Amino acid sequence: MQQSSGRKIGRWALVAGILALAAAGSAWALEWNLQPAATKIADDIHDLHEYVMLLIVVIFVGVFGVMFYSVFAHRKSQGHKAANFHENTTVEIIWTIIPLLILVVIAWPATRAVIAQKDTTNSDMTIKVTGYQWKWGYDYLKGEGEGISFVSQLATPRDQIEGSAAKGEHYLLEVDNEVVVPVGKKVRILTTAADVIHAWGVPAFGAKQDAIPGFIRDIHFRAQKVGVYRGQCVELCGKEHGFMPIVVRVVSAADYTAWVGDQKKKIAAAADDPTKTYTLDELKTRGEKVYAANCVACHQANGKGTPPAFPPLDGSKLTNGPKGAHLDIVINGKPGTAMAAFGKQLNDTEIAAVVTYERNAWSNKTGEMVQPAEIKPLRK
Amino acid sequence: MSAVLDDHKHDHPHDDHHHADHHHGYGGMMRWITTTNHKDIGTMYLWFSFAMFMVGGTMAMVIRAELFSPGLQIVNPDFFNQMTTMHGLIMVFGAIMPAFVGFANWLIPMQIGAPDMAFARMNNWSFWILPFAASLLIISFFVPGGAPGVGWTMYAPLTVQMGMGMDLTIFAVHLLGMSSIMGSINIVTTILNMRAPGMTLMKMPLFCWTWLITAYLLIASMPVLAGAVTMTLTDRHFGTSFFNAAGGGDPVLYQHIFWFFGHPEVYIIILPAFGVISQILPAFSRKPLFGYASMVYATASIAILSFIVWAHHMYTVGMPVAGQLFFMYATTLIAVPTACKIFNWLATMWRGSLTFETPMLFAMGFLFLFTMGGFSGLVLSLAAVDIQLHDTYYVVAHFHYVMVAGALFAAFGGIYFWLPKWTGKMYNETLGKWHFWLSMIFFNMAFFVQHFAGLAGMPRRIPDYPLIFETWNKISSIGAFGFGLSQLLFLYIIVTAISSGEKAADKQWEGADSLEWTHLPSPVPYHTFETPPVIK
Repeated sequence: MQQSSGRKIGRWALVAGILALAAAGSAWALEWNLQPAATKIADDIHDLHEYVMLLIVVIFVGVFGVMFYSVFAHRKSQGHKAANFHENTTVEIIWTIIPLLILVVIAWPATRAVIAQKDTTNSDMTIKVTGYQWKWGYDYLKGEGEGISFVSQLATPRDQIEGSAAKGEHYLLEVDNEVVVPVGKKVRILTTAADVIHAWGVPAFGAKQDAIPGFIRDIHFRAQKVGVYRGQCVELCGKEHGFMPIVVRVVSAADYTAWVGDQKKKIAAAADDPTKTYTLDELKTRGEKVYAANCVACHQANGKGTPPAFPPLDGSKLTNGPKGAHLDIVINGKPGTAMAAFGKQLNDTEIAAVVTYERNAWSNKTGEMVQPAEIKPLRK
Repeated sequence: MSAVLDDHKHDHPHDDHHHADHHHGYGGMMRWITTTNHKDIGTMYLWFSFAMFMVGGTMAMVIRAELFSPGLQIVNPDFFNQMTTMHGLIMVFGAIMPAFVGFANWLIPMQIGAPDMAFARMNNWSFWILPFAASLLIISFFVPGGAPGVGWTMYAPLTVQMGMGMDLTIFAVHLLGMSSIMGSINIVTTILNMRAPGMTLMKMPLFCWTWLITAYLLIASMPVLAGAVTMTLTDRHFGTSFFNAAGGGDPVLYQHIFWFFGHPEVYIIILPAFGVISQILPAFSRKPLFGYASMVYATASIAILSFIVWAHHMYTVGMPVAGQLFFMYATTLIAVPTACKIFNWLATMWRGSLTFETPMLFAMGFLFLFTMGGFSGLVLSLAAVDIQLHDTYYVVAHFHYVMVAGALFAAFGGIYFWLPKWTGKMYNETLGKWHFWLSMIFFNMAFFVQHFAGLAGMPRRIPDYPLIFETWNKISSIGAFGFGLSQLLFLYIIVTAISSGEKAADKQWEGADSLEWTHLPSPVPYHTFETPPVIK
């Protein structure tokens, strides 16, 4: 009886297993391996991975072939009598040496890949990447495009995330400002962070590096094909960790030169004049944009926040009290919380605008304005 | 050492256990609060760990429900992070570790022929710290700011941003560490001093050996974790800068300290599981373990190596080439003693006389799936490949293969194996097999596909994901729900076995040969080996 119930369960298990495989099979068309390589290093990693996987599958089939043979041939129900052998030093030595030899065989390509990956010398250009909660800052430090600097953040609209709109093709993998680099050039990436540890990486480049506050680390890539490559922050960095993608657009040398020209012009045109005096409406309109880009993730579009970690601004003491305290917290942040020192990220006009907006949005009706000229003396 | 002096003879299985069968002292709840009996304490450890397994499992269900579809549906990202953090902490410190301490309490005295653990009152305390630690973890959800959302690894400086839930978690970790250290001292002392005459170290069942080595690992590594979280605490409240560059510290220092604990911790979890498997496989193969001595040496080698591989969790922090290479070579070396163990287990089964009761099924499931987890570990050990896979779902899949299909399957196997001895009752074999097959299928459904999501680049610890990962996540979630529900069947099987199971034989398993099977009746009396047995 025991036996027949066992066999029945076995049959059920087989059916369920086939169903599970079929379910997996229907998804076979999807991504199930490393992303297509766009650099030599990513290519080497693919080869190494495939080589090791091949070894693993061969060993696995061999070893468990033995086990399943034993399961079928040496079962008590077939009347098999147990042998009584144990302890054999020769066998033990053989099965210690063989895995060791296999490891030596793997070690050679594995070592070469590590050395290539860590070699950041002789780069054609250098870009510094700064992780913020929750966006990336890019500064082109050396090479063509030197001086370009921008912040890049998620461009997927909130309503797609919350499910009230259909999700786009590059859902969660699209940003407002893409990093643009020329094809075939060795790009050195310096990483650091302003608040907590983030990690910058693009799978197709085989490049990933933690961005550590207070320290600079480097990696490199040399993209071999023109195209758009996408990645995500890969080190847990708080609430919006899943929402700070990385997009790198690799373009031809000529396109890159053109892009650099455009950027320089844009920078000149967009420069805010910190001495200009604005009207309340101008400040509020500008402030709403700054708010949507920097504050909305925590304090929410309706200003209600998600207390207690992220306090409300609507009707709060801070936004309705003296503006000095309000400006201080925006410029210098609040240590020990996720409230960053935005003085380092925003210019005088942006700070003035966002504080004005916060003091006159939702149910806040202070009617007060902050002009850009007031910010400079407050900066430490 | 402190073997009870006693004129009666109690070392024969069918000896009437007239005074061994009842316990003295309080009844009801006070019995459990005041008990110093290793069997009572073992039972409490096991039920505590099952309760935590249910709590942590519920959190896993929340995680998988949120990840069923892209977009945010059920929880907000903040709460999602709290779920992943607490799921990890509760499963590691609340479920898996106490489960194996429960096994140790029940089995070590019986397997070495000792009357109880060496420090019986400390044993009581080691257990009763746990409910308080668990309460702190649960309470953290209800304080301002909620539970910490930093991941079970609690990396600085994200920990500095958390509310007071972080402090509660730090204190919980301190308490859990104290409990583990006391338990370990107890186990080491018991094994080294209280073996019955003739029970030399190299005659001990392998389960005792793996726990002896594990206990040393715990004593060496838990204080390191306590140091790391204490530094986090002072960084948060007392102005120190251990992990803050602005004050001369280094956030990466935390990771070095944490993983110096964290890697031995992995083996703390898996070595006792190796011990359980090494008891089950020979029993159902009706053949002695192939290489007993080499199994002991392999276990010790793994334990020693575990202290020099920690930075393979940190290949992306930006170590120099020499660092990457050293940790890569050291890590791959662990494959050698581990392979010896797998070969030994297979050689034990080879030409045995196999039967496939539930404990054997779980042991073979362990062998099969743990080997897969070991192989994905080999892939991850290669620094260059790891950089592609670090902090992706590939890693999540890898450690669930070793933690769930490894440690948890071994624990299930062990429960089915020893339940007849502990309770004197048999579980329902058919339902036990159902439990195994459901767990096996749903486990693979939940976690095998995560390898693919990880290879394609899906980061871990995200509440929402790009559309290309949707199918894998759907399959994984369905598997996870199935796996979670299957564990209710386990509860049902155990409860019905205890309440109305058939009577088990003294030597329920034909091939079992350690002292608890050969010298003691089922159920084992409350006090055993008051006079030590003589081992030839």
